[in-house]
Amino acid sequence: MTRPIDHTSIAGKHFPTAEHVALVVLGAGPAGIAAAVEAAGLGVKVMLIDEHPVASALMGIDVPWMFGERMTAAVQNQGRMLEQIVAARPDLQAAFDAGVDVRLGVYAWGAFVEGPTSKALPGSLLGLADEERSWLIRFDRIIVAAGARDLGLAFPGWDRPGVMGAQGFAAATALYGAFSGRRIAIIGSGALAAQVARQAAAAGVAVAATIDATQRITAVLGEAEVEGIAFARLDGSAPASVACDTIVLAVDLVPNVEMFDLLGCKTVFAPEKGGYVPVTDAAGRCSPSVYAAGDCAGICDASIATPARAIASGRNAARLAVADAGHAAPAADPIPPADAADRDAWRRAFLAAHATDRALTICRCEEVPLEDLIGVRPPRYLDYDATKFENRDIRTLAAMGPVNQDQVKRLTRAGMGPCQGRRCREQVQTLLAMQGNQASGDIPMPSYRAPLRPLPLKVINAADETEEMRAGWTTWFGIPAQWLAQWEPAPEGLSWQNRHNRSYEG
Amino acid sequence: MTSHVVIVGGGATGLSSAFWLRREGVAVTVIEKGIVGWEASGRNGGGATHPYSPLFREEQRLWPMMDDLLGYPTEHRPQRVRIAINQSQLDIMRSTENLAVQQGFKVEELDNKAMRELIPWVGDDVAGGAIYHYGGQANPQRTLQAYAWAVQDLGGTIMQHTVVTGFETAGGKITGVQTDQGLVGCDAVVLAAGPHTSQLAAMLGISVPVVAARAEMIVTEPVPLISVGGSDGNGLYGRQTLRGNLAYGGGPHEWIDLPDHRTPRAVNSPVMRSVARRLFELFPKLGHIRVIRSWAGVIENTPDGRPILERLDSPENVVVASMSSVGFGLSPATGRAIMQLVTQGRCDFANLDYLKLNRFEGLGPNWAEEVGWRPWSPESEEGAA
Repeated sequence: MTRPIDHTSIAGKHFPTAEHVALVVLGAGPAGIAAAVEAAGLGVKVMLIDEHPVASALMGIDVPWMFGERMTAAVQNQGRMLEQIVAARPDLQAAFDAGVDVRLGVYAWGAFVEGPTSKALPGSLLGLADEERSWLIRFDRIIVAAGARDLGLAFPGWDRPGVMGAQGFAAATALYGAFSGRRIAIIGSGALAAQVARQAAAAGVAVAATIDATQRITAVLGEAEVEGIAFARLDGSAPASVACDTIVLAVDLVPNVEMFDLLGCKTVFAPEKGGYVPVTDAAGRCSPSVYAAGDCAGICDASIATPARAIASGRNAARLAVADAGHAAPAADPIPPADAADRDAWRRAFLAAHATDRALTICRCEEVPLEDLIGVRPPRYLDYDATKFENRDIRTLAAMGPVNQDQVKRLTRAGMGPCQGRRCREQVQTLLAMQGNQASGDIPMPSYRAPLRPLPLKVINAADETEEMRAGWTTWFGIPAQWLAQWEPAPEGLSWQNRHNRSYEG
Repeated sequence: MTSHVVIVGGGATGLSSAFWLRREGVAVTVIEKGIVGWEASGRNGGGATHPYSPLFREEQRLWPMMDDLLGYPTEHRPQRVRIAINQSQLDIMRSTENLAVQQGFKVEELDNKAMRELIPWVGDDVAGGAIYHYGGQANPQRTLQAYAWAVQDLGGTIMQHTVVTGFETAGGKITGVQTDQGLVGCDAVVLAAGPHTSQLAAMLGISVPVVAARAEMIVTEPVPLISVGGSDGNGLYGRQTLRGNLAYGGGPHEWIDLPDHRTPRAVNSPVMRSVARRLFELFPKLGHIRVIRSWAGVIENTPDGRPILERLDSPENVVVASMSSVGFGLSPATGRAIMQLVTQGRCDFANLDYLKLNRFEGLGPNWAEEVGWRPWSPESEEGAA
């Protein structure tokens, strides 16, 4: 007797894959390029994927970085931007020369791997897309070198066009050569702020002021666009303002761990590494086939200042992956220990200084003010009885167990917008922890979900879907008796007994 | 006299039961292994259109009142549109016996022009469809928290992050529920733990035949609001939220194992691309609208896909409730029915006679394997049903 299968289920469905790749490297920054070149040099077939140049429409909603609407129209010409990016990353030439299959302008938006609720796949799959279509590839191993994101932190006026992040600024000036501002103010006082100042100097952009941790921003000046910034010392003395057309938020970066979450890898909150980072074994594996390289494994000042650490970690990840695949590879090079600043404390200090006005917008996409976040209020487009919420807030929620950011997200919508939570995820975590008197790491990381980039329906659309997918498609299971009057017995032919007997005939 | 009821499961069915019991003055404790509304109850299409259920009329009567009854918004909207993109879908739609019409509810057919006026995103060549002047949908996440808060407002107790480990019985009744937080004494118990109901019932020596599956949905960025939120077809179920996002699901599910009391994280599969494909076919003018998120949930099904809703004979103070993958929309009515089963032994507004466990007498222990309702992988033996 053959084992019966449920044809309305995923059983027996085939997902077409464009190719089967031994090693994928995700991210063509210093770590990713080094990993790809190293692995290719050791004789492994490598595909190196990077999303830049990204669509200008995504830049408009601050994906993947906070571009602050400070990109020139040049970014609409993707062909030109592709040339620009190859020129800005000269190391890419080494990858081309080593025979790496380099895919630029390709989004890695999904990963589908075996797990407790996913057994039906033929292997590990990656969802890729460009501006026109999406497709799947199968891979054996993956080195994630997805870099860092901008850390969004709210201050009065941070939702104005012209407020951008350090990564957005670096991309606008060095990577795309398409920065539309002329005079910036920098918020931050560490290695990242210094890096922004260096990049500004290199790009010929004036720095009007650097606002450090002893100060707080009191207002962004200007009607619609940024025209200046006003700030004061935290001790209350010496308020000041300067004229500028752009404000670069450079307090810190966040390890970009979204793909690890989809790959089923565990993460842990590490204050000294800038947030949630992948858990690795002693050798550096996140799972038997997933490896982390560069900033996505953790931020440190030394890595912000120079790519040397990222390059070394990329090479080491490649050697590990190559060895795991059964090929000869050199031992890992030593990497100097990272500095161990409490980067979580930077967020807390910034928010303690700035998140004082209860009307301050925290989630920009969904327009959630601080008071609605900590009061767990419904969104304002709903009518509700405000008296019902007088005795409800984050603290009453915390009394029922640890505050869960995904739960708060569902109630307040903070983080549910088109930017996919990039601008508020970390500060919501910090604010919940501060309000609930909890350690930041006690707030479980809100889940990441595919697509990791907002993709149009016509792009994510499975144009390559198989006939059996269409033939076996059912809106909701395929149990005929479910949809017939349940105040009477199921008809003879559709009872479970009949289904059960029929299953033996096959 | 029942004075304290323990409800195992903080999903839609359990919380609604707690709400209705508390309104009758009965003390309630809801025991939830995680967070209220966390599993399938909080992650589904939000539909409230179930004319095949004996609870349908009560579902329709209660939903428009739920915001007021609970005191918190549920985002309920009262109608639903069914779209047929081509003649074949329209023929199937018309040939399907409409159980709601038979029960006196109104269905209005829509032609191409009327459909395009109602939903501007459909194709110019849309065949038509119908508007149901009943049913509708709500926001599951918001509704579940509304239930939980309403239970607390009425003085009920909710224990989150608490795992049931056993039951104490005496004289043919359950007298206490053992948990990892200690013993909770009770006069009656409601088992409403979704896919985990069968593990809990097994602790009482009772066989509840359900198996678990994973299903998934996608959500887009907001688009301008249409007048009827629930508008689906083309193999999809779903709705436009009041924020404007489109949330749709459908297609292949995946049968999974639940080895213990935990619910594993439900991941998405490449099926989400096929959901997007059908949504693009349904709304061809929204090809540029971006998908921003997806999610999945774990639900259970009985062998005939129908609920189990019964007060047992032995132990006689136990109600077993498994809604067989259709729990959220019916929950206002289900909770009220369960309240009656607990307090008076029978439901006076719906015929639940055919939702009892005894219909599965004769079901073998390998029933799920025999119909292919088991995890499948390409390596496992393949065959035809």
